[in-house]
Amino acid sequence: MLIMRATDETWAASQDVDLTEVLDSMGRFNDELVRAGVLVAAEGLDEAAEGVVVDYSSQPPVVTDGPYGETKELFAGFWILDVANQEEAVEWAKRAPMAGPGSKTEIRRVASIDEFPQDNEWIRKEREWRVATGQL
Amino acid sequence: MSRPGGGPAATPRTAGGREAVEAVWRIESARIVGTLARSTGDLALAEDLAQEALAEALVAWPRDGVPREPAGWLLTVGRRRAIDAYRRRSALDERYAVLSRDLTEGGAVTGTARTGPGDPEPGLLWDPDRIDDDVLALAFTACHPVLAREAQVALTLRVLGGLTSDEIARAFLVPTATVQARITRAKKTLAAAQVPFGVPPPEERRARLGSVLSVLYVVFTEGSTASSGSEWIRPDLAREAVRLTRVLAQLVPDEPEVHGLLALLELTAARFPARVGEDGEPVLLEAQDRRRWDRAAIRRGRAALVRAGRVGRGLGPYGVQAAIAECHAVAPSVARTDWDRVVLLYDVLGRLAPSPVVELNRAVAVSVAQGPAAGLAIVDDLAAAGHLPGSHLLPSVRGELLARLDRFDEARQEIGRALQLCGNDRERELLRRKLAAWD
Repeated sequence: MLIMRATDETWAASQDVDLTEVLDSMGRFNDELVRAGVLVAAEGLDEAAEGVVVDYSSQPPVVTDGPYGETKELFAGFWILDVANQEEAVEWAKRAPMAGPGSKTEIRRVASIDEFPQDNEWIRKEREWRVATGQL
Repeated sequence: MSRPGGGPAATPRTAGGREAVEAVWRIESARIVGTLARSTGDLALAEDLAQEALAEALVAWPRDGVPREPAGWLLTVGRRRAIDAYRRRSALDERYAVLSRDLTEGGAVTGTARTGPGDPEPGLLWDPDRIDDDVLALAFTACHPVLAREAQVALTLRVLGGLTSDEIARAFLVPTATVQARITRAKKTLAAAQVPFGVPPPEERRARLGSVLSVLYVVFTEGSTASSGSEWIRPDLAREAVRLTRVLAQLVPDEPEVHGLLALLELTAARFPARVGEDGEPVLLEAQDRRRWDRAAIRRGRAALVRAGRVGRGLGPYGVQAAIAECHAVAPSVARTDWDRVVLLYDVLGRLAPSPVVELNRAVAVSVAQGPAAGLAIVDDLAAAGHLPGSHLLPSVRGELLARLDRFDEARQEIGRALQLCGNDRERELLRRKLAAWD
């Protein structure tokens, strides 16, 4: 999974960029991923200001509006790629149109449910949920 | 891994290693070979040039760092090598002129410095309208009927998948030298037959596409059930076949069979997590834990099948097989599978692409839908006609059906015959366990 991360500053700066330009460059990148046969899923996230944070520091947890307090790096969206290894994911990430200093892409492997203890009752149930809902 | 000065634990990864070259190569090789093949009109030469560029990158990038435009760098080196080759032949012909002009238009490359191509201008080296055609032409040329199937497979994995000879050799359990010889021979054959590099004319295209699809299917099959050796599945090879089929489905979206094949491969690959037991032993369909099937792959496969149907002209053999795989994918268990529909689809498949293997599979479906005796009748006909003489599949299905009819003596004989014919260690184990269970 490639996770797009931005800061408050880059997010603010990106608001001044022409939307068509953003759509064009992101679209071209996504198109490349599709043509290379590696794109499995991709979504963009809404503005952090429209999200909320649930903080577990106290009980009951405290719900606050975004942006995310002291956490300056915001998730902006993600891609899930089907690639041979981490290096290939890195190479794709380098090509992502992530404008401006402060923007980052984090690369994480999606764990398979097979990697969890299979005798755990809830792992077994999770499989059933996934089957029932058609979700991964 | 912390940096001096007690900064954050994140350590910048030094780019430029062999891994970076290989990653770029996997992403770009098809476009590089394709572009070089178009400008030289010669796939064999293009492949050599691209390999030389790759070799140069493996030396230069770890030393000098990864260039800003890695694909452009590789392409520029390839073009330079082409010009060198033409120069050596002292043939200042038209192709030489074209290549030189391309290089100049590519900017960046000025003078005669040979230390490295520098960073070419992005966009000038690639003509996006042509890349798709180049990649498609690569597929058609690598799968040209003048080549033997094994040569088509090796060349496709090399030029379209960007796999090295070592990787191809590992996948097919043959020595690297054998793969290199296959590729060299394939290139010579293409040159000798004067096969033009390009997408075939429309009237030939559909027929030729068939051989491209069948090569991808062969690669997938080899990855999903190894024909020999001790590993039952080689998922990397199967995954590469799925990726290449996705690429092809993008390039030829108006052919139902491309989507049909993609659907078949996705739906088959979806079962991989459940097909191998904890000790690496194969797990057959009826014993598979369906909760372990890859739901995302099933979703992608079903979507591809819908696209295949939407294109029109009906499903071909791959699409029908995908529809059969879909019956299994959506069923909660073997018992609750729509076996009547599976039999119907096998009837269709038997008419579209008659073969003893299809007939054998139909027999299995019939045996579930209508009972073992009905299935055995089909298998007996196959045996009487002398079909599938060298395969372990016919006696192993026949043995299974006989056992279900309580004819154990005959069943044991059949499984014994299957054991003699089967080349895969894991499958032999399974057959032996079956025999033991009947004692």
